[in-house]
Amino acid sequence: MTADRVTTLAGAIATYVKPGMTVALEGFGHLVPSAAAHEIIRQRIGDLTVCRMSCDMMIDQLIAAGCVRGLVSSFIGNSSGGSLHELRRALEGRSDRIVALDEYSHGGMIARYVAGAAKLPFYPIRSYEGSDLPAVNDSIRPVIDPYSGDAVSVVPPLNPDVSIIHAQRADRRGNVQAWGILGVQQDVAFAGRRVIVTVEEIVDDDVIRADPNRTIVPSQIVDAVVECPFGSYPAPVQGYYDRDDAFFREWSQMARAEGGVDRWLDTYVRGTADHEEYLALVGSEVRRKLRVGEALSGPVNYGLHLRPTAARPGADQEVSR
Amino acid sequence: MSGPATITELLTVLAARELAGRRVVFAGIGLPTLAAALAELTVAPDIEIIYESGVTGAHPAGLPTTISDSILVTGAEAVLPMPQLFGYVIQGQRIDTGFLGAAQIDRHGSLNSTMIGGSYARPEHRLPGSGGAIEVMAHAREVFVVMRRHTPQTLVDRLDFVTSPAPGSGRQATGGGVTRLITPLGVLTREEDELVLSSVNPGVDIAQVRSATGWPLKVAGTVDDGEPPTAEELRLLREVLDPGRIYLR
Repeated sequence: MTADRVTTLAGAIATYVKPGMTVALEGFGHLVPSAAAHEIIRQRIGDLTVCRMSCDMMIDQLIAAGCVRGLVSSFIGNSSGGSLHELRRALEGRSDRIVALDEYSHGGMIARYVAGAAKLPFYPIRSYEGSDLPAVNDSIRPVIDPYSGDAVSVVPPLNPDVSIIHAQRADRRGNVQAWGILGVQQDVAFAGRRVIVTVEEIVDDDVIRADPNRTIVPSQIVDAVVECPFGSYPAPVQGYYDRDDAFFREWSQMARAEGGVDRWLDTYVRGTADHEEYLALVGSEVRRKLRVGEALSGPVNYGLHLRPTAARPGADQEVSR
Repeated sequence: MSGPATITELLTVLAARELAGRRVVFAGIGLPTLAAALAELTVAPDIEIIYESGVTGAHPAGLPTTISDSILVTGAEAVLPMPQLFGYVIQGQRIDTGFLGAAQIDRHGSLNSTMIGGSYARPEHRLPGSGGAIEVMAHAREVFVVMRRHTPQTLVDRLDFVTSPAPGSGRQATGGGVTRLITPLGVLTREEDELVLSSVNPGVDIAQVRSATGWPLKVAGTVDDGEPPTAEELRLLREVLDPGRIYLR
C-alpha cells in the first residue's frame, strides 16, 4: 500500500507531540481521545498548551501530571458530574500548578477552529458585546463591519501544532469515519498542523468507500492512525459503548482531595505500560456494563454506474499527495 | 414516591407551564429537559428540543444523562456538527426559547457563570464558564432562567462577572433576553427592561421575596398566587418521565 499511516499510540505521540506545543484534544463528550491523553502523561510531555472546548477529567489528569502550561477552553466543568477540582485548585491559586487560561464561549472556540481550518485571519461572531470576557481576553476584539459600519467581535484562528481526535473507524491510509455527535472533529482536524486519529477499529478500504459521505476527515490531512479500542472511555462511542456515568461522578469526589488525581495517575496511567494494561486494570466487568446493542442505519444507494467507462490504470493506488 | 412536591419538582412544573405554546426550545440536561418533556405532555405538544451537542428531534429510549449521551442520537431526527448548530441554528436565530442556568442573575437578566469573589485572575470560586450560554443569550428569541436558590447572593445588584449579557441595546445580539426567572420563591417576568415579581409560590409572601432579592424588587400590577403542582403533573414527572429519579433526586 502506498500510504499506510497506521502506527502505535506510543509511536504517534512520541513522533508528533513535543514539549511546548499547542495540542488540541477534541471530542464533545463523545469520541474523546482519552487514551491519547494518557499516553502524553506516560511520556511526561510538559509545557503544553491544551485546547479543549468542553473540559472533562482528562484535563484534571493532564494538569496533575504537570503536562499543562496553558488551557484554551470554553467550558471547564465536568459535564454533568460536578467540578474539575484539580483545574479549580490551579485557577484559584490553591496548588503549585499554574495554568494560563485562554477563555472563550463555545461559539468563540468553534469560530477559532473554523478560521484555523480555512486559514482565515479572524472570524466574526455576534455575541461578545457587553460580556466581561473581552475585558479579560485581549484576543476577543471588535472590528468594524465594512458593509454595515457596525462593530462586530472577532476571534483569531486556532491552528494547533497537533490535533488529536477519536473516531469510530478509519482505513489504513487515514480516511476517518464517524457518526453520532460530531462536535468539531472535522474542523479541529483541518485546523491542526499535524493530525493524530485514534479509532475503535481499522477497517478495509472497501468499508470506507462503500459510504464516502460518512468520512469526516480525509487521509490527505492525517499523519497517524492508531487502532485503539475503548480509546474514548469513560466517554462513549456511538454504536460501540456507553458512557461510564458512575466514573464521571466518582471523579469529582476523588479529585476533591489534594493529591487524589496524582495517586490515581500512579495506579492507572503511570502504573500501566499502555492502553491495553489500563483497560485490563479498569476490568472487563466495567466494559461489559457499557455494551450497546445494534441499531443499524439503513443502507443508501450511491448508484452503480452503468455507462461504459475506460479502463483506469492504477485506479487502486492512491493519488500522490 | 408520593407526598408534596420537592423544590426540583416545583421548579420543573413551573418551568413546564411557562413553555405553553413554545416550539423550538434549547435545553440542557436535567431540569430543563424534564420541564420540556412535561410541557410536551401537557401545555406544548409541538415542542422540539435542541441540544448543545447538535441533536435535534431526539426520541431517546430513556433519560439522557448528559447532552452528549449517545442515547440522544439513536432514533433522533437530526445530528448537526457544532459549527452548524452554533452558526446556523443559534446565531441564525432559530431558537424560540433557550434555557440557561447561572450562579448569579441581575435585574436586567444578565448572567454570571464564570466566577464568584476575588478577581478573574484569582477567583475565590471558579465556575464552569460560558459554554454556549453567551450565544444562546445573544440570539434566542427569549430565555428562561431557573435558579435553585433565591438569595441576595444569587439575585444580585451587581454581578461578580458578566458572562452572558442581556442583549439590551447593543448592535450584535439579536435575541430577546430573559423573559422568565423561576426560583423556589416565585416567578419573575420582564417588564420594560427589568425583572419584576409576577407570581409567588405556595406559602411565600411578597415581603419574603423582596428580602431575598439583592436589588429593590418591583412587583407586577397583580402578583398571582402560584398554583402548586397538580396531582397529574406530579404523577407524570414521577411515574412517566423520571421513575428512576435521575433528575428528581
